[in-house]
Amino acid sequence: MWSLIKVELYKIFSRPRTYIAFGAIAALIVVIQLGLKIDGDSYASFLMKDINDTLTVDGKVLNGYLICYILLQLLLVHVPLLVALIAADMISGEANLGTLRLLFTTPYSRTRWVLAKFIAASIYTILLLIWLAFLALFVSMWIFGTDDLFLMKSNYVVLIEQNDVLWRYVGAFVFASFALLTVTSLGFLLSSLSSNSIGPIVGTMSAIVFFTILSTLNIPLFTLVKPYLFTTHMNNWKEFFDIQVNANNEAITGSILNIPKIKTSLVVLTLHIILFVSASIIIIKKKDILS
Amino acid sequence: MFRVFCYYSMSVIKVQNISKHFGSLKAVDDLSFEVQAGQVFGFLGQNGSGKSTTIRMLLSLIHPTSGQIEIFGKRIEKDREAILEQVGAIIERPDLYPYLSAREHLELFAKVRKQKIGEADINATLEKVGLAHRAKDKVQTFSLGMKQRLGIGIALVHNPSLIILDEPTNGLDPQGIADIRQLIQYLAKEEGKTVLVSSHLLSEIEQVAHQILIIHQGKKMVEGVTKELLDPEKRIVQIKTSDDANALKVIVGGSFSNYLLSRSEGIYLKIPTREIPLLNESLVNAEVALLGIETKNSLEDYFLQITSNA
Repeated sequence: MWSLIKVELYKIFSRPRTYIAFGAIAALIVVIQLGLKIDGDSYASFLMKDINDTLTVDGKVLNGYLICYILLQLLLVHVPLLVALIAADMISGEANLGTLRLLFTTPYSRTRWVLAKFIAASIYTILLLIWLAFLALFVSMWIFGTDDLFLMKSNYVVLIEQNDVLWRYVGAFVFASFALLTVTSLGFLLSSLSSNSIGPIVGTMSAIVFFTILSTLNIPLFTLVKPYLFTTHMNNWKEFFDIQVNANNEAITGSILNIPKIKTSLVVLTLHIILFVSASIIIIKKKDILS
Repeated sequence: MFRVFCYYSMSVIKVQNISKHFGSLKAVDDLSFEVQAGQVFGFLGQNGSGKSTTIRMLLSLIHPTSGQIEIFGKRIEKDREAILEQVGAIIERPDLYPYLSAREHLELFAKVRKQKIGEADINATLEKVGLAHRAKDKVQTFSLGMKQRLGIGIALVHNPSLIILDEPTNGLDPQGIADIRQLIQYLAKEEGKTVLVSSHLLSEIEQVAHQILIIHQGKKMVEGVTKELLDPEKRIVQIKTSDDANALKVIVGGSFSNYLLSRSEGIYLKIPTREIPLLNESLVNAEVALLGIETKNSLEDYFLQITSNA
């Protein structure tokens, strides 16, 4: 199995297309970091304008931790689109090239090839996320320094001490990896249905946009299905940055406000991954390779 | 690892009544044939006659609608992995990864074989298919002929016992076609491999194949030993009779059964000229009137007729 995964990884990283996503993420992050470095104070003032009359905040609000949070909010919506570029091409791209038949005449079952391809696509996704984490978190910490994390929520603010922040990012990135692997597996499923890459790539992106809209609309009919949509759960990495308070309304260090919500989301996302990959295996096993 | 190359007098491929239907289209219709060990088996038919579909079924890329395929005495649907370990194949076009070099292709496909394939094996394969000088070049810079050679290289890199080549000379220049022909003969004679090679051109197959099978619209039209089919002492004749069913009884039941080529689209025989009067006499005795005898000059004529008119 490992040899099949190595073959798939070799193919992924031999293609120039693979590096588009890495380049796009780097470009976006550098542009935002540069903008905030040059004009960050006015951005911070804008963020704080509603609470400046009631709160005095000491210290460096626009530090590396906040920059990373801002970047994740902006990018974790778009990274799935970059993931789809590779994941949705994994099977359909080979069917289009005609190389799928070369793979399926080797002495390994189609199930093994599909799993190897999914694992390779997942490794690509995780590497993309690590690249994002490195640039968004560590480079931001290096450029902007560190301090307590001050977050403005819809009707309250959260202040997390700086020594209580890093592990939350680790948790958020692990959670994000489940969210992105769900996208990978969706792209993979659509890829198994097609003999060209464009359809599955556009299909994956459309599905994400469609289900995200359903997840955010507050229409009673959709409320019934919302808990089962993967898009409802993809953004719950933010739960790592909601903190419990004691009776005196003081933040409890090391706490998370809603752990069950994170657990539920992880279960829903994992079930989606299993469902999508299993469906891909069944489709490919039954398929006549005609291309 | 010890590998057995010689399957003397053993059927390496045994196809029994396979059919493949795509909706109402019968791509392959009740086809049966056997390929013996160490043989070069020519699989002939027009484009769209069902050759590639049959080959894809042999390689388990397509699931047959009905029928049974055995390779090395094992059922393909049950022992697929064990069978494919000993099979090398190219199917139709030489589709490859444009962003990888010839060497990278061979290295990748060497990795997915269970036996150890080293640098020396890869170099030898590159030499064998004449790509050693372009080993490091990306496939996107290759001509169709070079891609075809690399496809054959991929099929050979793991030293398989059975080689299936679907239209291997497509896109090759005359020298390239001659090289492939030479390679097929070398693989069978010197290395004892069994080769199934398909083509839509009889001229390509007749020089290398021990046995020929011609199919048309998914059906077997004729099968026989190449030497006998091409024997200039025998003439290919199509007979037209007043009662084909009885005529066939006479032919199959008598001494003419070995001459019967095809009965599915008219009665075709490959028969020595001196025996034609005897055949006529036998038919008359059985009260079957011989309405006409049409002589074909060669197997090529016959092949062209059945594949264009049938």
